[in-house]
Amino acid sequence: MAKPIDEITWQELGIGAVVTEIGNSVQYKTGSWRSERPVVKKEHCIKCGVCWLFCPDMSIVQTPEGHFTANLEFCKGCGICAKECPVGCITMQGEEA
Amino acid sequence: MSEIGKGRKGIEVSIAMADAVAQADVDVIAAYPITPQTHIVEHLADIVANGELDAEFVPVESEHSAMSVCCGSAAVGARTFTSTSSQGLALMSEIFIIAAAMRLPMVMALANRSLSSPLSIWNDHTDVMMVRDAGWIHFFVENGQEAYDGIFNAFRMSEDPGVMLPVAVNLDGFIMTHMVEPVEYVDGELIKKYLPEFKMKNALHPDNPVSMGCFAMPEIYTEAQMSREVGIKDAYPTIVKAWDEWGALTGRHYKPIETYRTDDADYCIITMGSFGETAMEVADMLREEGEKVGVVKIRLWRPFPMEEFRKSVLGKKYLIVLDRAISFGSQGGPVAMELRSALYGQKDAPVVVNYVAGLAGRDVSRKDFRNIILEGKKKAVSGHTDGFTLYGLRG
Ligand code: SF4
Ligand code: SF4
Repeated sequence: MAKPIDEITWQELGIGAVVTEIGNSVQYKTGSWRSERPVVKKEHCIKCGVCWLFCPDMSIVQTPEGHFTANLEFCKGCGICAKECPVGCITMQGEEA
Repeated sequence: MSEIGKGRKGIEVSIAMADAVAQADVDVIAAYPITPQTHIVEHLADIVANGELDAEFVPVESEHSAMSVCCGSAAVGARTFTSTSSQGLALMSEIFIIAAAMRLPMVMALANRSLSSPLSIWNDHTDVMMVRDAGWIHFFVENGQEAYDGIFNAFRMSEDPGVMLPVAVNLDGFIMTHMVEPVEYVDGELIKKYLPEFKMKNALHPDNPVSMGCFAMPEIYTEAQMSREVGIKDAYPTIVKAWDEWGALTGRHYKPIETYRTDDADYCIITMGSFGETAMEVADMLREEGEKVGVVKIRLWRPFPMEEFRKSVLGKKYLIVLDRAISFGSQGGPVAMELRSALYGQKDAPVVVNYVAGLAGRDVSRKDFRNIILEGKKKAVSGHTDGFTLYGLRG
């Protein structure tokens, strides 16, 4: 997409809102929907990847050190990772209103 | 191209429509049989099975699938036809709406029939009114010739690169689908001249991948809706041109709003669909008795021809609007509601009296028309114009 989604006018949309640019769903930032964010206590993380497996939005990414953390541009704050983490090192923290 | 020849034939309207679809050299037909549309798709299945038409006939397991196949075939740029009715339309409604939103050209013969319950196989307009706001182009035909011609007109409108919208050719179930009428066929040369090859912009193709019907965030959904609204409104001149050019080639002229003896009329009866023919006869009879009544027939339902309608009733005192469906809990029939809102705030707007009649195939005879027109006039004169009257209701 040449333009951010909230700047595109109706005239600029293709007929039938067809998308001619492939793979542009990464530009759909869904992180603004969140009311809570997952925070990982790195020192307790055993790098098992369970959070990565369970995240319904594929928002968990692995850091170069091997820990797992949420990509907040896409994380919707559902809390599944926090619930599933076997060592309980993810806590959900409220977003600023 | 099919070998169906030109000339005048006495033929069942459904068969004539199927012949028109074959003559239009359609690529894909996907349909599920439902009364009273059955003869249209059965005949097409025969034509394809006999090798008279090189097309895919997809005998799907439901109307939901029929419309899904049609969306797929239109998306790759194949000329696409389907036909349904009543419950079938209800079942396909999810995808029906998507076809318009994704701007997929196709043509449907919609054999209008009432919706259950109570279960009825007979005609009225409750099915088409259910999808009134889906974004399809809708027009109504009122005899066999119009039904046959309408197929070519509809493909021409639908596939125009400036339109790209599905088109429903509405015809009253049984009253038209099962009638044997004289129909003048056109020849292949004329069709070739009138109906260019379908070229779908952004057609699905591995060399040029696109995504259709994507997810939209609140930030862009509004813009997508505006694009649809402008798209169907902008289709209007192309619709008119498609009919005008057909008129020039065949001598059969169609307009979004048709008028009969309205020039010097004091008041008018307004109809949509096969009611129109009876209305004209009754207007002739009443004229002999000194009633200055005219007939206005709505051919194009969506996009609604607002200006043409207003012009057609300019200076009339009252309009008696005959609907074939009820919008429950509202002012009455959908046509009357449309016309009332078209006239609201206009200078010297005529008064609208609304009748609903002919539900589920209940016959509306010339005598009934006469009653409706004269009774409606009385209501208009005495100011009883609110809501609607269900004509012929017992109790
Ligand atoms: S909160 Fe939900 S969306 Fe966000 S990273 Fe965890 S599982 Fe994924
Ligand atoms: S589930 Fe918990 S322990 Fe396992 S990788 Fe994720 S944060 Fe670390």
